[in-house]
Amino acid sequence: MAKPHDLRRYPGFLAITILCLVILYAPLMVVAVYSFNASASITIWEGFSLRWYADVFTGPESAKYRDAAWNSFIIAITAATSASIIATLAATAVLRSGKFRLRTVSIGLISLPLMVPEIVTAVATLIFFNALAFERGILTILLAHIAFCIPFAYMPISARMQGIEASYEQAAMDLYATKRMAFTRILMPLMMPGIVSGFILAFIISLDDFIITNFVKGAGVETLPTAIFGAVKQGIKPNIMAISTLLLLVSIVMVALSWLIGRKDQKT
Amino acid sequence: MPQDREIAIDVRDAVKRYGTFAALKRISLTIRDNEFFTLLGPSGCGKTTLLRMIAGFEDVTEGAIYLYGEALDTLPPYKRPVNTVFQNYALFPHMNVLENVGFGLEMLGKSKAEARARAGEALEMVQLSQFASRKPSQLSGGQQQRVALARALAPRPRVLLLDEPLSALDLKLRKSMQVELKHLQRETGITFIFVTHDQEEALTMSDRIAVMSEGELQQLGEAREIYERPRNVFVADFIGDTNLMEVTVDKVSGGRAQCHLGGGHSLTCDAVDGVEAGARVHMSLRPERLFLSAQPAEPGSLPGTVRETIYIGTDIATIVDLEDGPQFTVRSSNSTRGNARVFEPGQNVAVNMETGAARLLAD
Ligand SMILES: Nc1ncnc2c1ncn2[C@@H]1O[C@H](COP(=O)(O)OP(=O)(O)OP(=O)(O)O)[C@@H](O)[C@H]1O
Ligand SMILES: [Mg+2]
Repeated sequence: MAKPHDLRRYPGFLAITILCLVILYAPLMVVAVYSFNASASITIWEGFSLRWYADVFTGPESAKYRDAAWNSFIIAITAATSASIIATLAATAVLRSGKFRLRTVSIGLISLPLMVPEIVTAVATLIFFNALAFERGILTILLAHIAFCIPFAYMPISARMQGIEASYEQAAMDLYATKRMAFTRILMPLMMPGIVSGFILAFIISLDDFIITNFVKGAGVETLPTAIFGAVKQGIKPNIMAISTLLLLVSIVMVALSWLIGRKDQKT
Repeated sequence: MPQDREIAIDVRDAVKRYGTFAALKRISLTIRDNEFFTLLGPSGCGKTTLLRMIAGFEDVTEGAIYLYGEALDTLPPYKRPVNTVFQNYALFPHMNVLENVGFGLEMLGKSKAEARARAGEALEMVQLSQFASRKPSQLSGGQQQRVALARALAPRPRVLLLDEPLSALDLKLRKSMQVELKHLQRETGITFIFVTHDQEEALTMSDRIAVMSEGELQQLGEAREIYERPRNVFVADFIGDTNLMEVTVDKVSGGRAQCHLGGGHSLTCDAVDGVEAGARVHMSLRPERLFLSAQPAEPGSLPGTVRETIYIGTDIATIVDLEDGPQFTVRSSNSTRGNARVFEPGQNVAVNMETGAARLLAD
């Protein structure tokens, strides 16, 4: 119910809200709607059709996109898994090993990459691989993705761990659980919602990364974002919109999953 | 209580420092096997710290703790045959009640079937069998408390540590849990170390009580001993209600001391070691060991005026101003006999004391 000083009663509130929503979502809506366009034009609506989706899966470029999608998927899964494991261990070390020197510094160092401009990270990663004479290819992409996914996975994981009182692990150890058993039987299950959120966040970040991937990928190796970018350089075809819409769908599903898990967790 | 019973826990000159702050200042005490032992003291006196040192969550800065003759030293918590009922229960939220209770047994390497069976027995002991498959969050505070108790008892530890387990419960539940706990202790024969800051709880439940304050042991003894023969001002004041006042000793002879208090009132009581004529010492007078009578005062009683009577339920307290002297609180039971000794505010009365009611305190 609107209270006397409810924000919703200020003049222009509705208009500003709508404007923000339009700016946020109109481009996405346009892409999603025009991916169902029967015409080959990207601006003129000629009726509903699934032809561009068919084109993505069976058309002349389908092999290229399938390879790119496969690469993206494998990299995202592997990077998100590795990053979640590393982030979980890092959070355990930082939050559960008592006070140690440089503890605050460690926390800062883990999250700092979030604030570094991505292009800087991209250049640095490229130089790093060159210095090691690492041949660029899918492995370099994977390593780079694991690295930049760690801070993203770390955020929800450490937030969750901070909310778990130390007394649970102490109770476990009091009941004859070794440190390791207390970790696997008590801490891990309690952290699971955080780990899942961290994994999903890392997965989406990896799936959608363009700048770093473009720097460290070898010739001929494409992920979906780089493949789309390559195609767009030759002009936007409606099949790009179909791919984009599919990617959007994957993201929405992942976010919804994360939200559902979070909600279930709150109820218990 | 037999004195030759095996010693369960022996704390020898234990010191605990956090940085420069000493939470425990050289504590020594022994806890006997099969004893209901209580650590009693105000908030921050170091009760939890001592308990955590016994459980193994806190290392001992100086000194040592022995468990059935064995030095605990650096033994990790999971190797100590000691279980804890935590103040906030710390039930595992992702496991149901039965899994919680069976956890310790499982960690001890018992088979799943045996763990389940014995967890079931422990649940029966606290009358919660019907809640076995519930999650802790679906239980009331009192039920959670009993699950925590069953969980700590199920592995049959040699010593059970209880850190203010009843503080979150309402008075009625608390009273019935006190009885139940005492009963469980007798039934299982496990040594209980119970922490509380509630003196009444300590008095009703314990075989022996250690009174602590500011990291130091003030007195150790059975309930009656601590209540009736407090060693110092802190113990007298902390345990029960008392009239605490400073008196001047006039004469000591034959184990009796004659003293006077403000207003020139004089009285005689048992002397304590080291008290000489001329000393100013504290005296404790339990209100229930005093009684009022109409004036004129008999010899040995103290004349005064009733200021106020307070209805407590079981008792009636009367506050009396001594002539030019301190204030006294006198308690009489709310019974026909007790009520005959209650007077109206403004009435002149005499405060009488039973023999041995007045105690001089070392400090
Ligand atoms: N980790 C710590 N670091 C520094 N000081 C501590 C720490 N733990 C406890 N203390 C201090 O040690 C003293 C004793 O604490 P303890 O928890 O043993 O008190 P307590 O008797 O259990 O009190 P309460 O009845 O409030 O639970 C307190 O002054 C407390 O501030
Ligand atoms: Mg405490």
